[in-house]
Amino acid sequence: MKRVLSALALAALAGCARGTAARPAQGPAPDAAQRQSSDPFPSTYRPLASRPTLIRGGTVMTAAGQVIPNGEVLMVDGRIAAVGTALQAPAEAVVLDATGRFVTPGVIDTHSHLGVYASPGVQAHSDGNEATSPNTAEVWAEHSVWPHDPGFTRALEGGVTSMQILPGSANLFGGRSVTLKNVPSRTAQGMKFPGAPYGLKMACGENPKRVYGQRGGPATRMGNVAGFRSAWIRAQDYRRRMDAAGNGGGSSASGGNSGSGGGGGSAPTRDLELETLAGVLRGEILVHNHCYRGDEMAQMIDIAREFGYRIRSFHHGVEAYKVRDLMARDSISGSLWADWGGFKMEALDFTRANVAMLHQAGGIAIVHSDDPTGIQKLNQEAAKALEAGREMGIEISENDALRWITANAAWALGIHQQVGTLEAGKQADVVIWSHNPFSVYARADQVFIDGALLYDRMNPNRQPRTDFEVGLFPAEAVR
Amino acid sequence: MNRILLSAAALCFAAAPAAAQAIAIVGGDVYTADGTPIRGGTVVIQDGRITAVGANVAIPAGARRIDATGKWVTPGLIESSTTMGIGEVSSIAESNDAEIQDVTSRRDSDDQVQAAFTVTEGLNPRSMVIPIVRIMGVTTAITRPSGSLISGQGAMIDLAGNRVEDMTVVSPIGMYASLSENARGAVGGPRAAISMRLREVLEDARAYARNRQSFERGETREFSVSRLDMEALQPVLAGREPLVVEAHRASDIQLALRIAREYDLRLIITGGTEAWMVADELARARVPVLVKVLNNLPGSFESLGATYENAARLRRAGVQVALTSGETWRAYTIRQEAGNAVAYGLPWAEAFRAVTLYPAQIWGVADRYGSLEAGKVANVVVWSGDPFELLTRVEHVIIRGQEVQLVSRETQLRERYRTLDENVRTYRQP
Repeated sequence: MKRVLSALALAALAGCARGTAARPAQGPAPDAAQRQSSDPFPSTYRPLASRPTLIRGGTVMTAAGQVIPNGEVLMVDGRIAAVGTALQAPAEAVVLDATGRFVTPGVIDTHSHLGVYASPGVQAHSDGNEATSPNTAEVWAEHSVWPHDPGFTRALEGGVTSMQILPGSANLFGGRSVTLKNVPSRTAQGMKFPGAPYGLKMACGENPKRVYGQRGGPATRMGNVAGFRSAWIRAQDYRRRMDAAGNGGGSSASGGNSGSGGGGGSAPTRDLELETLAGVLRGEILVHNHCYRGDEMAQMIDIAREFGYRIRSFHHGVEAYKVRDLMARDSISGSLWADWGGFKMEALDFTRANVAMLHQAGGIAIVHSDDPTGIQKLNQEAAKALEAGREMGIEISENDALRWITANAAWALGIHQQVGTLEAGKQADVVIWSHNPFSVYARADQVFIDGALLYDRMNPNRQPRTDFEVGLFPAEAVR
Repeated sequence: MNRILLSAAALCFAAAPAAAQAIAIVGGDVYTADGTPIRGGTVVIQDGRITAVGANVAIPAGARRIDATGKWVTPGLIESSTTMGIGEVSSIAESNDAEIQDVTSRRDSDDQVQAAFTVTEGLNPRSMVIPIVRIMGVTTAITRPSGSLISGQGAMIDLAGNRVEDMTVVSPIGMYASLSENARGAVGGPRAAISMRLREVLEDARAYARNRQSFERGETREFSVSRLDMEALQPVLAGREPLVVEAHRASDIQLALRIAREYDLRLIITGGTEAWMVADELARARVPVLVKVLNNLPGSFESLGATYENAARLRRAGVQVALTSGETWRAYTIRQEAGNAVAYGLPWAEAFRAVTLYPAQIWGVADRYGSLEAGKVANVVVWSGDPFELLTRVEHVIIRGQEVQLVSRETQLRERYRTLDENVRTYRQP
């Protein structure tokens, strides 16, 4: 699967470099069956048309360590061609004067439910929690994503260029996540971030036991842990049998034998649930683990060791500060809120300093939203977390705080080679802010995705609206 | 009931902090109630009140000086819609006193109407939430009931004190009703059923007041709500207590205006997502709106017109606006709300007044709250800079003339975990 994914990424890359679209294979490739099953819903995203663009005069915050006053960013063919000063731009390049403004990488949210809990939040749009069984590792969030959720456009106005859409947290195993580019599209496939690995949403603590306590369990935290371990045991077995049958590269093709297991070379029947879990065990799918309490995070870390997988990010992690050393030791990032807490027992011990304390311990700190309004102001959430850290005496640079919503988030999603910083060669996901992004008065003036201008605050014709928002009011009703 | 509580509030005022040491905040930029500060101004506080504000003010002998050089000095912020003190951990029912949930257990009451329910007696001055919010610069809040068609009466409290009487500013401060989609459950459906029921309740309360003695003798027709509820509605019918109506869709706000006109009520709109669409009518009727700024999603069919510019557009049309976070644990994010209101078109001085003076006016306490003026209650905050900026730090918080420690459960947990060494962390150090 990894090979296939990187091949796809390269194809997309090549497409960008030519300024034309990456096309899916024309005819049946030799590995068609294999590819079909390991990537059955391939990304059809193609960058919008762009022109070479030079942004100059602004303060360039790269999220890679540098803050360049009066800096420049050159975007060519969807890529960042150069970052610095006195850059040579192609003659035909559009030149944007960002004097007095700030330039950053696009904001990335590791935890969003846009599209799966779309606005308006009516029951008919409640597609985020397949709360029918504590283990629904077989569901994929992308099959719930409604690309016309107006929340996507609002997030874009807040500078968000990529985000992970997760299933909800009712289940021990909620299903696969999908990482999207924040672009208008008729289809979910048209938003899928080419080459981004899948994630698996897991949830410990109060939610699974609340949802299933009266429905056959788990009813307790120990029931949760038993549920996790039982599933991983089955996944190990499934993986072993798949590997034995020579189907190690992800899921098997159409079926194989439905042999009653165990037997030498015969592959088990393809199982969507176990396929996803086996993908985690193979290191192809990243674990995103909703977990609030420090003691539970420590247990999840032990479970991961028992079964030989890695946790990529603890989400919410209201008590990350209590186990910040454990998280830093195992390179488990923390996708955290700046200041949410108090709304349930496992969120009671919140401190505004949580993000900063994980950062100080050498952990990979991320400010996430889990909220269609919060996602629009992740820069402000990062600012609050920054101030809370400084308040307790932790020295944090603006560059570091910017990484909480860009580079570190990209790492958690496994897309850090492509996005998350302003560095030559990366995809040109760039935001020009009206003020320093840590100011409450800052607004995204222009947002670029793969070098294309997706949003321009000054140009109403460059502000996307979703299908849902068409004709909601008679013309005379809106001034 | 109303009278009794009011007199209790008045009493607590007469008994405000006894002979505390005077405080003089000197050298700061003093923002009294507008955008132009008194540079290097002084605020003098004595016995719970502000006694002097200005550039050249005599400092009483023995006053404790707070040096605010380079700092901003403002009135404490007022949050106009929260459940602080009556809502602790929202997922734990036993810690919530904002809403009557088990309606069937209430004797002689109608399930949709809880007018007599007043939050004050459930108020917990020792709520762990209160310090979390006040150390971020909020000193006064409206804590309010929710749910049902008429959910009851809120209270205005200062965020310090160990007794309800010591923190209450006005109780009840307003009667809460809903013309929002969230009231559909209470009446079983359509908007016109919500308004029909609301009118029925107001009619009953009015008829009851005209026939109290007959009612006591059992000689009136049957009323659709309890005696207590009808009694609680009298100050509302008399225009002494505002009816605070949650409404979002433009037509629902217009309906609230119509009902208020018919019954001659003092109306406040809370929520008001589409209020900007009917701003002119609101301005003409002099009806204020409590706005949550960070509300721009068409989250429901009553809020399709949601926009971050709501507050700015309302203000431009001449509507009085107070900003609110609508939060409890994070009620201090009213600062962020105000900053965003500015980012989306509200002039800074207007946003500042929308979290200080305007809420004081809307809630009828501007004679005592909302600005730095001699004679007003000494709720004062010293900030490292612009209070709306997220990198600004709160340096001093004074409530009713007393400086509060900038400590809360949230900062104490932080301190407890500065080290992960159990021996140091878990045991109190001498």
